[in-house]
This record gives sequence, structure tokens and C-alpha cells, in this order.
Amino acid sequence: MTLMNEPIKRAEIKPKYCRFKKNGIKYIDYKDPDFLMKFVNEQGKILPRRLTGTSWKFQKRVSQAVKRARHLAILPYLGDSLK
Amino acid sequence: MKNYETVFILNPVLSEDQAKDTVDKFVKVLTDGKADVINVEQWGLKKLAYPIQNKSTGFYNLIEFTADTQIIHTLETEYRRDESVMRFLTTALDKHAVEYNSRRRKGEFKKNKEKRAAKEELPA
Repeated sequence: MTLMNEPIKRAEIKPKYCRFKKNGIKYIDYKDPDFLMKFVNEQGKILPRRLTGTSWKFQKRVSQAVKRARHLAILPYLGDSLK
Repeated sequence: MKNYETVFILNPVLSEDQAKDTVDKFVKVLTDGKADVINVEQWGLKKLAYPIQNKSTGFYNLIEFTADTQIIHTLETEYRRDESVMRFLTTALDKHAVEYNSRRRKGEFKKNKEKRAAKEELPA
């Protein structure tokens, strides 16, 4: 092993995109648990933008929707192996 | 006049008829306050994601309406007075939400749900 850094294959890195902008979704429903489950991890925490690729505008709406769903017991505040 | 929607959870101890009467009571509060009730939905007894007041299920209800802002205050006071209401949430709707809800009422999303779930995988 050398101490040289491995070259990064840039072609293999897929650019992230905002699914809301791409698919033209304008409203995020807090009543739809199946959809919101894509934005939380196994513990029920909201995933960061750097993992999902969501734009800042929609990340704010996602987090608002998840928090509303939690209040109405549609999503758990803390979960254990949700997926 | 603004568009609103309100979701509330009723105690599962109530019978189906009692739950319906309670919903009618809140609809009446809205109509007395000159609100236009657009849609009333009862989702029935659903499991809660976490226990509320030591109950693991609840009757979910949804009311969509347009009303003046003052009515929200009276509605929420009524919610707090009624002991059978375990949780409630009232939200103002923007234009996208109104459009989404009208499509939801026609049942467009139920058909598409399976298709959409397959299409939208998380980008790695």
C-alpha cells in the first residue's frame, strides 16, 4: 500500500438532484406516512439534505411535514428499526 | 377567507355513533361560524405511531373548509373543551395544497400510489 491518494473515478459519482424539482411536486402531504418514510432514518430522524439531495426550499417543507405527522401520531417521534 | 384543513384524533373508547356525533358537532361549530365545509373524511380506527393517553388506537377525522380567521380560535377552544379529542392540528393551506387536496378527493393518488412508490427510490 502506498500513501498516495486513490484517484476518484468521477464518472461513477452520480450527481444528486432534488426529487421535488425534478418531478414537479409542489406540496408535501403530512398525512401520507409512506411518502414521508423516505425522508427519515430507521430511528425516525429526518435525513439531511446532503443524503437525499433535496433542495433547501423543499427540505424546509419536508421537515415541516414530518413534524406535523409526528404530532398526529402518523410518524413516531422516536422509532426502532422502522424500515 | 382562507383555506384550512383540520385533523383530529378521537378517543377509541367511543362507539362509532358517538364518534360520528362528535364529528358532526365540530362541523356544526364551523357552519355556525359561516365557514364553507368542503370535505369531511373519517379514516376510522387507526393505529397510533406512539401511545397517547395510554391508548394505542384512535379515530382519525379530517375536515377541509374555507373560513375567516377568527373561527379557528373558537374551533380550537371547542377541541380543548372536549375530552374525547386526543390530538388536533389545524393548518392553513396554500394554493398548491388546495390543488393537491382537490386531486386527493377525486382519489387520484390511491391508484398511483403503488406506481409512484416504485418510481421514487432514494437517490443514493
